[in-house]
Amino acid sequence: MGRFILRRLLISIPTLIVISFVVYAILALAPGDPLSQFAANPQVPPEVRERIREALGLNQPWYIRYVKWLQALVTGDFGFSFMSHSPVRDLIAQRLPNTLAVVGVAYVVGVLIGLPIGVLSAVKRYSPVDHSATTFAFIGISVPTFFTGLLLIIIFSVKLHWLPFIYDSNLKVHDLATFTDQIKQSIMPIMVLALADTAVLTRYVRAEMLERLPLDYVRTARAKGLRERFVIIGHVLRNSLIPVVTLVALGVPAVFGGAIVTEQIFRVPGIGELLVRSIGDDDIPVVAAIVFIFAVLVVLFNLVADILYAVLDPRIRYT
Amino acid sequence: MALAACTPAGTSPSGSPSASATPTLSRGAGGELKILYWQAPTILNIHQATGTKDADAGRLILEPLASWGPDGKPLPNGLASEIPTLENGGVSKDFTTVTWKLRTGVKWSDGSAFTADDVVFTWKYLADEPTASANSDYATGITSVVAKDPNTAVVTYADPNPNYYQFGVGGTGVILQKKQFEPTLGAKASESPENLKPIGTGPYKLDNFKPGDVVTYVINDGYRDSTKPFFKTVTLKGGGDATTAARAVFQTGDVDYAWNLQVEAPVLRSLIDTGGKGDYLGLAGPNIERVNLNFANPDPALGDNRSEPTTKHPFFNGPDGKIVRQALAMATDRATVAKELYGDGLTGKASCNQLNGNPVFESKNTASLPVCKFDVAAASKLLEDNGWVKGSDGVRAKGSIKLKLLFGTTNVSLRQKTQDVLKKGWEQAGFSVELKSVPASVFFTNTSPDGANKMFYDVTMYTNGTDPDPTTYMSSWTCKNVTAKANNWNSPNYHRYCNPTYDGLIDQLRKETDPAKRNQLAIQANDIIVGDVVVIPLVNRFAVASGRAKALKGVVLTGWDSEMWQIADWSK
Repeated sequence: MGRFILRRLLISIPTLIVISFVVYAILALAPGDPLSQFAANPQVPPEVRERIREALGLNQPWYIRYVKWLQALVTGDFGFSFMSHSPVRDLIAQRLPNTLAVVGVAYVVGVLIGLPIGVLSAVKRYSPVDHSATTFAFIGISVPTFFTGLLLIIIFSVKLHWLPFIYDSNLKVHDLATFTDQIKQSIMPIMVLALADTAVLTRYVRAEMLERLPLDYVRTARAKGLRERFVIIGHVLRNSLIPVVTLVALGVPAVFGGAIVTEQIFRVPGIGELLVRSIGDDDIPVVAAIVFIFAVLVVLFNLVADILYAVLDPRIRYT
Repeated sequence: MALAACTPAGTSPSGSPSASATPTLSRGAGGELKILYWQAPTILNIHQATGTKDADAGRLILEPLASWGPDGKPLPNGLASEIPTLENGGVSKDFTTVTWKLRTGVKWSDGSAFTADDVVFTWKYLADEPTASANSDYATGITSVVAKDPNTAVVTYADPNPNYYQFGVGGTGVILQKKQFEPTLGAKASESPENLKPIGTGPYKLDNFKPGDVVTYVINDGYRDSTKPFFKTVTLKGGGDATTAARAVFQTGDVDYAWNLQVEAPVLRSLIDTGGKGDYLGLAGPNIERVNLNFANPDPALGDNRSEPTTKHPFFNGPDGKIVRQALAMATDRATVAKELYGDGLTGKASCNQLNGNPVFESKNTASLPVCKFDVAAASKLLEDNGWVKGSDGVRAKGSIKLKLLFGTTNVSLRQKTQDVLKKGWEQAGFSVELKSVPASVFFTNTSPDGANKMFYDVTMYTNGTDPDPTTYMSSWTCKNVTAKANNWNSPNYHRYCNPTYDGLIDQLRKETDPAKRNQLAIQANDIIVGDVVVIPLVNRFAVASGRAKALKGVVLTGWDSEMWQIADWSK
């Protein structure tokens, strides 16, 4: 197992280098300009723009910039943002807690609700419980977050005045009152995201369970006189979890990537909001850093999923 | 008040800042002031900033020598104790030196004294090439800034400069602390962490800044006016979109001030009317949304010479060039755009002038021009009479030349709707119109084949506007400024328009020192590019389109400076 993990980690190094090259090349060759904001401004003449370009290091060819970027990356330095002129590392560090507090919590909520509902709706197939779970899942899958987000804002903020819709990232939780405030300001984005997560997971778990319920080993377990509860959880669910684990594990990097639309709607200063704004501004160092971190996480959680297979299924052994 | 103020939902901002400042103000009596910007500030050193959001967020901390008031004239609410003029001898008769008298006893928020040395340093910061300040053009032509004594700074220009308030006034003229920023001078200036925590002389000092998210401020205890500011803390939150920002100020009252609510007029109107929590603040300024015509030929068949100034546009610049351009202008439905999309004075108003924002240089001659009146029948007749006849496809042609237009702009829903309105009128007159829209960052890239600079389009559309002094802006249409491959498409004359008469006017404008004559010259220049249909001005987009809580008092608008220019006077 140890050798397997080591080998996988070593293989991931060239993979990540290739990813970083492709990402950087695409960004550098894209038809945009971080200085485009000045273009329609007659008070920033071309000489000045050229000087700023030089100060940002943009006058060098992109492959030289890439090599420099990669060298800095090895030491953990993501460079400076073109827009805020501050270290990209600081920007990401400031935003990660907000993303985890909203997108991360939503993901946990989604898994905690989605899993039992999926099991229940498979076991009680075609019952009212199953029908309502299915309806709920289809709503969650098909209604986009920008719609549910606005709907919640209009109901709970504009009409009822119960919840704020401007996220305050300076709020520090240190007692019950501030904890309540934190829940109030994050519950709407959490619900929006959890709805989507729950919906997908419910359908997935249900399908996997249904596939295994009629199998021979389940009948055998029942014939042995095992309690139904144990048959479902110990035999059917455990076997159904293998594909579900892939889904859940590969969803974790997406949590760190933030939720672009939902963060924007609720003004949550998270990674997703930073990413989409930086793309709009052609802020290459920021976009490259976020996409690269995302790639690292995807590689990492693929490995985690593989390890979990072995835990769930004793037949799988890595050497 | 010189500018046309438009406040459909309530009170009108009026008077000078001194008149609006309530005498009962007491420092720190108010609680938290909440300001919402849907674009988040990313940097607070205004001289390294990229946008209005940054310049506004920095303005609570940093102050210029003077601010640009509502009438486009400087007001002494900054570091200068009075405005230098010809009359008081502050400006020399030959327009080469400007002597700024500074307030005495002003302290930086770290307790050290503000002196003329800081003013001198700020000029050096702007002028230093490796430092690469975005505002460095405001140091152009200055040979020296000298501290005559701790409270006097003398600015000397190489040539007589009628635009003598070029340095030190408004958002681009804020003064930096020498002690803080001198070590950052040079090629690494933009990466200095000091850019995120400037020390200033303004009413507030920085408490906490998260770039791209939120800025919090506390009172600068050393601020020179002991009765101001009223609010103890200020939170300037960024991000989101303009529509929910409008909800936050008009409907829920979550914020006291929301910036730039450029939402489609009917939506904005309904939020204002049904909200009840806030008032809308609208103020015209210099910004003009206009259609630009290409005088060079954007035909792809020309390869590398596409849209080069050596080529001629087949119908805008041919023998019938002016006739076709006039017909296009006459078929432009400016009024519908202004009414349906800008609410006729809500977020913008119809204008047929390129130069807007100040009555002293807003031309009154253009209104009567045929090219400023929407009349499709007249446009069709003009083309018909000159031999441009409709084919079976409804498109007019003369010989092998067909009136086919490619019309490009940025992809903003307001602009796409404007394109649709214009297309309708132009098609009725016999043009065929193909619409194209690209992201702003691509459209405003000088080397982009889809961009405004290369102009591989027949017509484009976007907005910009003049400084209080129109010289630089009106120079954008001179022959010298024609954009081309040779200057890497960096010069501002994207039209490739070249007219010696126009150039002559601009040369006179550069030299003329009499204010009244200068305005006259600027008006003449405006009348030429409008009358000659180089541009088809559409809508004077408002410089201010913000919302404030009903309880918030003391907000005075100016179209020429930051919306935060007199935040020290705000109260509840």
